Amino acid sequence: METLNITVNGEAIEAQIDPNTTLQKFLHDTLGLTGTKEGCGSGMCGCCTVLLEGKAIKSCLVLAIQTQGMTVRTIEGLADGETLDPLQKAFVEKGAIQCGYCTPGMIMSSKGLLEENPNPSEQDVRSALSGNLCRCTGYHKIVEAVLSVGHR
Amino acid sequence: MDSFEYFRTRNVKEACALLSQYGEEAKILAGGQSLVTLMKQKLVSPTYIIDIKGIPELDYIRYDEADGLRIGALATHRSLEKSEIVKDKFFILAEMESSLASVPVRNWGTVVGNLCHGDPASDVAPALIALGADATLTGKEGSRVVPVEDFFTDYFETAVRPEEIVTEIHVPPVREGEGCYYKFAHRATDLAAVGMAIHVIMDPVDRELCKDIRIVMGSVGPTPLRSKRAEDFLRGERLDEKRIEEAARLSSEDAEPTTDINGSEDYKREIIKVLVRRTIKDAAVRAAQQ
Repeated sequence: METLNITVNGEAIEAQIDPNTTLQKFLHDTLGLTGTKEGCGSGMCGCCTVLLEGKAIKSCLVLAIQTQGMTVRTIEGLADGETLDPLQKAFVEKGAIQCGYCTPGMIMSSKGLLEENPNPSEQDVRSALSGNLCRCTGYHKIVEAVLSVGHR
Repeated sequence: MDSFEYFRTRNVKEACALLSQYGEEAKILAGGQSLVTLMKQKLVSPTYIIDIKGIPELDYIRYDEADGLRIGALATHRSLEKSEIVKDKFFILAEMESSLASVPVRNWGTVVGNLCHGDPASDVAPALIALGADATLTGKEGSRVVPVEDFFTDYFETAVRPEEIVTEIHVPPVREGEGCYYKFAHRATDLAAVGMAIHVIMDPVDRELCKDIRIVMGSVGPTPLRSKRAEDFLRGERLDEKRIEEAARLSSEDAEPTTDINGSEDYKREIIKVLVRRTIKDAAVRAAQQ
């Protein structure tokens, strides 16, 4: 057992964990933040994407113990109370959500992109989201949604 | 994932001491983008994990005009991709990094980690070999330098001894010529089905004369392969269509691709020819523009 101290969505957390716990499992199972999902478990689908120190990472491939002392932001940490983040609003407005399973990962990846590049081109968006797979939408409306936030 | 005993080390000395103690039962963990994947599939179950991710002295990208580029063990793919000096002076590396996996993987995974994983489909290895890079391997007793060209010994096997850590990659300054990295893969974030790294130096007077060239193929053998017959064929000659075609044919002949999910051996041999053609042409155009 190891002691993990991290900040998740602004809240300081201390927990005892097995070192073989991935960040995704810790967030989803231990903290109950079920927006961060394990889709493929091998870092390809992007359903597990969260922001670690402001950068998008695949939480299913990161051991929780490696995030000692760091800040993590999940989809649950985007809205400000009842007020949705502009990205979340855009996804709803543009119809970029069908089954919703890829959505948390898509939004967190997009958030990571916009923090680095506030005004991305379509190609920038598509490249940034290449690690997030969607089986429903065909990606077009997702890209539109992200671009609409970027060009505000 | 099986359980393991976990050590978070604060410096290289500590990490090497632990490696000496536990040898083959231990694995070094940096970004874990390759290692954790294997551990989740239970293909690898180390008894001890030595985490070096928190060693600040290993996270750097340094450039010196005389010495070249030095990439620390913890430099992420993303930091190499975005480095202004890399984009300016070692463009093939930035180009290669932008095609590697996806942004989140590049944000946490390390360049050195990719090499140590020893995957013949590595994007990093061919690009570094094309630039004549070397790696520093550090153990309890000291360090030694191994050219990246000699680093891979077999499928997922490298020259690194059980008690050693790769602490740095060194890329000599690129005084002449330009490089190009292209990969063929079925989907955007896939590993290369065929990878191609070429660095070419064109004659400063006759811009169509090839002064020197390095052609390195990835994913078409148990290790990255230099296409030496093709290089010898082109060196000192004009790069016309016929010669490039022959170089492509020689590369395809010298490669050792295997039939797998990405295609048959024959299919890959065709793709090699296409990639040699395209990569040489684009590298030569870039080199001539210098």
